[in-house]
Amino acid sequence: MATTPNAATPADLAWSPRALLRRIRSADEIAHVITLIAAATLLLITVLLVYQLWVLSAEARAKFGWSFFVTGTWDPVAGQFGALPFIYGTLVTSAVALVLAVPLGVGGAIFLAELAPPKLSSSLTFVSDLLAAVPSVIYGLLGVFLLVPIMRTTIQPALKRTLGFLPLFQGPAYGIGFLTAGIVLAVMIVPFVLSVSREVLLAVPRDQREAALALGATKWESTWKVVVPAARIGIFGSVFLALARALGETMAVTMVIGNNPKIAASLFSPGYSIAAVLANEFSEATGNLYLSALIELGLVLFLLTFILNGLARLLILVTTARGSGVLPT
Amino acid sequence: MNARLMWRKTLNVTMLSLTGVCVLITVSVLFFILGYLVYNGGKDLSWNFFTRLPAPVGEVGGGMANAILGSLKLLFLAALFGVPIGLLGGVYLSEFGGRTLPFIVRYTADLLNGVPSIVIGIFAYALIVMPMHHFSTLAGGFALGIMVIPTVLRNTESFLSEVPSSLREGAFAMGANKWKMVATVVLPAASRGILTGVLLALARVAGETAPLLFTAFGNRYWSPGWMQPTSSLPVIIYTYATGPYEDWHRQAWAAGLVLLGLVLVTNILVRAFLSRGTSFERS
Repeated sequence: MATTPNAATPADLAWSPRALLRRIRSADEIAHVITLIAAATLLLITVLLVYQLWVLSAEARAKFGWSFFVTGTWDPVAGQFGALPFIYGTLVTSAVALVLAVPLGVGGAIFLAELAPPKLSSSLTFVSDLLAAVPSVIYGLLGVFLLVPIMRTTIQPALKRTLGFLPLFQGPAYGIGFLTAGIVLAVMIVPFVLSVSREVLLAVPRDQREAALALGATKWESTWKVVVPAARIGIFGSVFLALARALGETMAVTMVIGNNPKIAASLFSPGYSIAAVLANEFSEATGNLYLSALIELGLVLFLLTFILNGLARLLILVTTARGSGVLPT
Repeated sequence: MNARLMWRKTLNVTMLSLTGVCVLITVSVLFFILGYLVYNGGKDLSWNFFTRLPAPVGEVGGGMANAILGSLKLLFLAALFGVPIGLLGGVYLSEFGGRTLPFIVRYTADLLNGVPSIVIGIFAYALIVMPMHHFSTLAGGFALGIMVIPTVLRNTESFLSEVPSSLREGAFAMGANKWKMVATVVLPAASRGILTGVLLALARVAGETAPLLFTAFGNRYWSPGWMQPTSSLPVIIYTYATGPYEDWHRQAWAAGLVLLGLVLVTNILVRAFLSRGTSFERS
């Protein structure tokens, strides 16, 4: 088939070597390929990351199988590795963080999206964003030297006096432990809940609010019964996002959780988290099995946050797309 | 009926003020952190802090010059590795991409952005430290570089897509190629936003500790070249804060103040820079 250079179809261009060369000679194509390579590098890195975690944890996966997740013994000397105390600690501290941070963040987002004048709202959001930019080791520093003593001398005894009948608030007050780590985490994730929820709330069409107000609802009723439900999927998204942050947060937790692989009902008890054990033991791990078990913990952490983040992005995407589908934002 | 109305109005005022309290609590935390660090770290900041090596335990004085230089070297490597990939990837998404691949890249970038930094550290450990058999500045810089990519990429893309299409059409009408249009018209128009994105990404990784623990590790002395373990500000804050010595704790506060100051000043400057108006008005 004879093709003149100018009348070549895209299929011809892709397959004929001469045409390919001609295409590549043009600067446009070079720019295209270079930028494509950069974008593909990102995908490559992600795939490689998963691959490395998977391959390097092979030894531990083969040796322990699923029992890795339900065994509570972590004894590097005896070669016994069970992830349960770390998974437990990670989940408990994150749960404490969410309980504290979600009301604070969503409440704040309501204020910023519904009540505050735009200028005040944007500067307060900026301050909250700055809070998100504070390095986690700084939170850890304040946690160790400020929060831990306060917890030990004031907050934990007070909780014991008032809520001591619950198993959650029993046992000696060390200052360090699940509760302290949860509080530090809460402070760290509030900005995420706040700024994402605010955006989602702002994406709710104006008519919805006005319709509710026109029906005689108070400002609060229109917000709580109309705007927040309309934005609830996105708010869930922001909570998942914050949860993913909390699960993977390393330094601040390591510094205040107590670093003791034990499972206890009491929030006052020292514990351990996945990220904290990685931070503490990874560089000192001796032996392939030890390292492999730690990397499997990393894999668990990766998968947890990966799934949560994926879900969160999807939820936020759905809400803001729906909101902006009605009104251009 | 009247009682019900009263109740509704009371509820209205109460709940709305509570939301205000939520914001107040959140915002005041930042000022509290800043104030507390200035109070605790300010008195230990001195010229020596920036110019001297850490003193042996028990000896008063000494500084963190090696950690500051180490952090700068790590950031340089991170920028060298992460910024070009992020920048070009962002250009691809905004200018050259079709539909499916950009969506995948965008989604992956967001997911990579959410990967815990300690896991990135494991990745750099597996990729660089294990083959080399020792910790190095290079491995630390690589880990931080990976964390820079998604932020720069997404940010570049969003600022590029804000450039009005009339500018692009104008360039085409003048007979420019696509790459010429991108390089001489679109990128300069978005340069301010892109630059600030790069700065923010670097400010973020400047405070990262977890990925450095087993890549750049730490070093009590200067770290010559790029293949030796190096000290860095975040790691030394962690080491000193969890160490047993009173003198270390004071140094940790000072280092914390320096780190927080750098991060906050960068963020605030970037914000001020951006709010001076973009180089084009969105219609």
